[in-house]
Formats: sequence, C-alpha cells, structure tokens
Amino acid sequence: MSTEALGKDPGPEPASRPSAEPAAADPRALARARRRRSAARFWRAYRRQRAGLVGLVALVVIAFVALAAPLLVGADADSVTDAPGTALEDPSTEFPLGTDQFGRSVLDLLVHGARISLTVGLLAAALTVGIGTLVGMVAGHYGGWLSGVLMRVTDFFLVMPTLVLAIVLATVMSRSVTTVIIAIGVAAWPKTARLVRAQTLAIEARPYVERARALGGGHTHIMLRHVLPNVMPLVLAQTTLVISEAILTEATLAFLGLGDPQVISWGGMLQDAREAGAISSGHWSFLVPPGIAIAVVALCFTLSGRALESVLNPKLGVAK
Amino acid sequence: MSTADPPVTSAAVKTAPDARGAAGSSRRAYLSYVAGKLAGAAVSLFAILVTSFFLFRIIPGDPVKTMTHGRKVDAEQLAALRRHYGLDLPLWEQFTQYVGDALTGNLGDSYQFNEPVLDLIRERVPATLLLTGTAVVLYSALGLWLGTRAAWRHGGLGDKVNTSVALTLWSVPHFWLGMLLIIVFSVGIGPIPGLFPTGGMESGGEHGIAYVVDVVHHMFLPVLTLVAACYAQTLLVMRSSLLDEMGSDYLTAARAKGLRDDLVRRRHAVPNAMLPTITLVFVNLGFIAAGSILVETVFSWPGLGGLFYQALSVPDLPLIQGLFIVYAGSMILASVVADLIYPLFDPRVGR
Repeated sequence: MSTEALGKDPGPEPASRPSAEPAAADPRALARARRRRSAARFWRAYRRQRAGLVGLVALVVIAFVALAAPLLVGADADSVTDAPGTALEDPSTEFPLGTDQFGRSVLDLLVHGARISLTVGLLAAALTVGIGTLVGMVAGHYGGWLSGVLMRVTDFFLVMPTLVLAIVLATVMSRSVTTVIIAIGVAAWPKTARLVRAQTLAIEARPYVERARALGGGHTHIMLRHVLPNVMPLVLAQTTLVISEAILTEATLAFLGLGDPQVISWGGMLQDAREAGAISSGHWSFLVPPGIAIAVVALCFTLSGRALESVLNPKLGVAK
Repeated sequence: MSTADPPVTSAAVKTAPDARGAAGSSRRAYLSYVAGKLAGAAVSLFAILVTSFFLFRIIPGDPVKTMTHGRKVDAEQLAALRRHYGLDLPLWEQFTQYVGDALTGNLGDSYQFNEPVLDLIRERVPATLLLTGTAVVLYSALGLWLGTRAAWRHGGLGDKVNTSVALTLWSVPHFWLGMLLIIVFSVGIGPIPGLFPTGGMESGGEHGIAYVVDVVHHMFLPVLTLVAACYAQTLLVMRSSLLDEMGSDYLTAARAKGLRDDLVRRRHAVPNAMLPTITLVFVNLGFIAAGSILVETVFSWPGLGGLFYQALSVPDLPLIQGLFIVYAGSMILASVVADLIYPLFDPRVGR
C-alpha cells in the first residue's frame, strides 16, 4: 500500500523517477542511489515520530549495555559461590540495588539479564516473522488449494492461546534457551502470516508484477524480486512489535520456571525474588528493578514498532 | 464467507422476488453460514486432540522416563508402567485409544493428585470463570469507553495521556504488577497497613452476604491486575477503528443535518466502529480460561491457572494435557460464537 511512498520497488521498473545521476550510469548504481534516497526519506519521516525516536535511542543504549556487560560488571557476576555480599541486603553504596538470595549484586544481574532478554526477544521474533513471511507469501502467491490449506492451519494456530502453547512446548522439551526461542516462535507466527498474505495479494495485483510475469518471470523470481522487497517494510514493523511480545513471553516462561536454570534472566530474577520471600518481607530492591527493565525494553520496542508502522502506513492513524 | 452458496440466493431471487422470499433466502444463507462455521469448529476441535497427542506423546520421547524422573528403575518395572499407560501399543493404536477416551470424557489420571483430570478441572472452573469473567467485562467496558474518548479528541492531551498510559501498562508483565499490588495493598508499606488479603478466594467460615463480601474483597486485587494489564488492547483497537470512521461522509451528513456532536458520536460513529471491537471482545471471552494463569499463580487463586502452575513444576503431563485441551477448546468455542453473532451486528457478513 504505502510502500510505494518509499520507492523501494527494485524490479526492472521503467525510469519514471527523475534521477540526479547521469543517464549513462549503470543500473546498479542507479538502484543504489534510489535506495539511499528512499532511506533518507524514511529517516526524515521516522524522526518526526517523537515516541518512536525515544524508544529507538533507549534501545541503542540498552543494546550497548548488554553487549558490554562482561566489561561493565565482570564476567562472573552470576557466580553463586563467590558472591560479594550477604543474602538480601538492602541498597547501599556498594550494591546500589541490594543483593539477591545468594548475595549477588542485583544491579550486576540486571545488566547480565539484558543479554538473554534481548537475545531471546530478537531470535524468537526472527523465527516468528520468518515462518509467518514464508507461509504468508506462499499462500498469497500460489493461491488455490495450497493457500486454502495453509490459511486453515494459520487460522487454527491463530485461535490457539499463544502463552499456553508456548508453556506446553517449553514443558515437553528440555530446558534451554533454544527451547524458549522455539516455543515462542512456533506459538506466535500466525498474525504475521495473515498480514503478509494480504500484502502479497495486494502487490501481485499491481501492473508491474503482471508485466514481469508476461516477460517470463518464474514464481521464485516474482516472489523474491517483486513481492519480498515490498513486503519487507511491513514485516519490519511487525517484527519490532513481535519482539516486545517475545520479551514478555520469555519473562513469563522464566518466571514459571521453564527457562534455562543456568542463565540469569529478568523473569528468572522475579521468580527468585518471589521464592526468597521478597513479597512478604517487602524487599523492594530485588523485586522492582527486573520488572521495570522488562517493561522498559518491551515498551521501547512497541514504541519503535508503532512509529515504523505509522511511517510506512499513514492510513493506520495509530501513534499519531 | 459472503459468497456462501450462490445457488440458493440466485434461485430465491428468481422464484420469489417479494420481501418474504428475500427474508427466507437470507435466513437460509445464514443457516448454511452457521453450518459451515460449526463444521469448521468441529474440525478445529479434532485438530486440537491431534496436536495434543503430538505434543505430549511424540515430542517428549518416553513419558515413562519423565514419570520416573530418571530414578533407577529396573526394566521390569518400566515395562509394567508402559503396559499400565498403554505405551507398549503401536503409536496408531495409542492414538485411536486416546481419541476415543477423550471423546468419552476420559482425560486420564493426574500423576500428582491420583484423581481423574476431568474432575480436577471441573472443581476449579467456577473460580476461574468468576475471576476472569468479571475482569473481561470490566476491561472491555473501560477500553471501549476510553478508546472512544481518545479517538474523538485525537491529538489532544487526553488522547496522548490515555494512549501512553495504556501502552505502558500493556508492556508491564502482569505477574509483576500483581506482586507490586500485593506488596503495597496487602503487605502494606510504611504506615499504610495491608488493606486486602494476599491470596486465596475466601477466608472461610463465612455465610450469606458476608461470604459474598469476603469473596469480593479477595477478588479486588487480581481483577485490578487483569484490568490494568488488558484494557489497553481494547482501547487501541477501538481508537483506531473509530479513527478510520471519522473522516466518513455519513458523519459529515449527520452533522450537516444539525445533530449535536455527542449524538453524532453515539448514534453514528461508535456503532460502526464497534464492529472490529466486538470480535475482539468475543475472542477475549475465549481468553477467559487462559488469560489468568499468571495472575492466579501470584494471588494463589484456586482456579485453573493455579492448577496449571502446580502441574508445571512436576511436570504432571496428563493434567497439563487436559488443561491444554480445555484452554484451546474454549478459544475455539469463543471464536465460533463470535462468528455466529457477528452477522447480527453486521448484515453484510454471512448473507
């Protein structure tokens, strides 16, 4: 729909767009210049979304902290045996957020937890969007009985309660980070598939796809060169929104004790806090920070996703 | 959907162009639409049985190993266990036996309670229905009301505040919010004493009105948590579907004939914008069962969610399987009800 505004049609489109490049330049250079211009146009539109910009900047900071965690807090901050403090200390200058039930610094654990939260969020979202895009594009492109069967399966998974399915998958498989990623990815793809199928149908109705087909373009050529690039912006916005769901689901699974017990995660910290009796003894410093961290990261991804969505599809009217 | 049975409609148009004939054909079209939806639901329910067989019998490998927790058990005992649970049969026979059992209401026995799964579930259903039913009604109403206000004055301060508060609460993990509410309102902070009980559904020993008051007292915090966590979705859907309607010509026409702004909103814009939201509300009704797993866990509510959590730590596979079937089945039933009711609100569908 709105992807035309981005001018990202990379196909052999007639040079209707006025170009600043010399006419003799080779087509690749022309395409590169056009992409650079549309990226700049996209960035100008995105910059106007204030909430999205705040979310993006915060995410960059958090990602930096997560990457640099071993340097910032030391690689052995999650070691139980040589914990620096005593159990459940209140905040002090040495431990700004107090300590957990083993005497580890909550702040250090928090920094470490960012790594697993972001990893699971990103990979699970990639898996979700990968499956969704593949199913949606194949269903939209081929049509007929294949589309019927695929959409029937999609609808079936769409009404499945996502969290329950993820919990069940995480229970019947072995406890590991990979399991959590697979459980979230398998449970959450149908929404993306529906979205991509609708977009694929809209794109394949355009004249230039018909032209490509008339010139002898095969299924693969049309899907990869014409449909995929036009679906991508929408998929990107969807990915950002899926990441925040995935991060929340990861925290939930870890809280239920279904995560990898060897790995520090924010959801797991909340479970530890609950089991160590932080609720009844009122240990705020152990209970509050992980929850805020989860909420901030999820919110940042949601804000960026909504900003992307409204830049790419101004008709939606969200986030204005 | 809308192209259901063209032969019926065209025949009706040819033979009976009068009003009664049209009504009859539309009723027949609706009935065939209903039949189609019900058949689809039956297929989906069967697919859930297949899925759960796949999830619980095939992925985990040998259920007997899970049952014995890797303890040292000699080969004879393993064989006896296998025979007891019918695991020595070929997979295909296991499947037919399992489907037959499930259709006659036998979901097996729980490992940890040694009771039929179905009885355990039946005991816990009323508590969950009470808790989440109340919450769904409250947060749907709140979301619709706030969403309408936000969209009608979109871009204003109220809209911005509303949307950002909703988005923030949406990003907060429900169980964490529940725990914070327990600390603040049940345990109490500083000079404030605990105002609400920390968990459970009743204090016991109460009857009549006092019992009702007691249950409401216990319900307050869990319902508050669910409402805070879930009203955002209704709000956002209502807001964007009302925004879609706002530029429409019929609203300009309604204003041009002199209707007050308030009436234009209530009588013209909102009913049309409600359509996508109605579907969402019904889907949320299916979510009643599954939606409160975490909140029930945190507040020790004696419902299905609490049972699910207890089953997870063992893991009590027959119980988890039974609950999975109940959760997924209720989602499918709710979406069928939504499909059946939708044509009554929007006559364009299902004719």
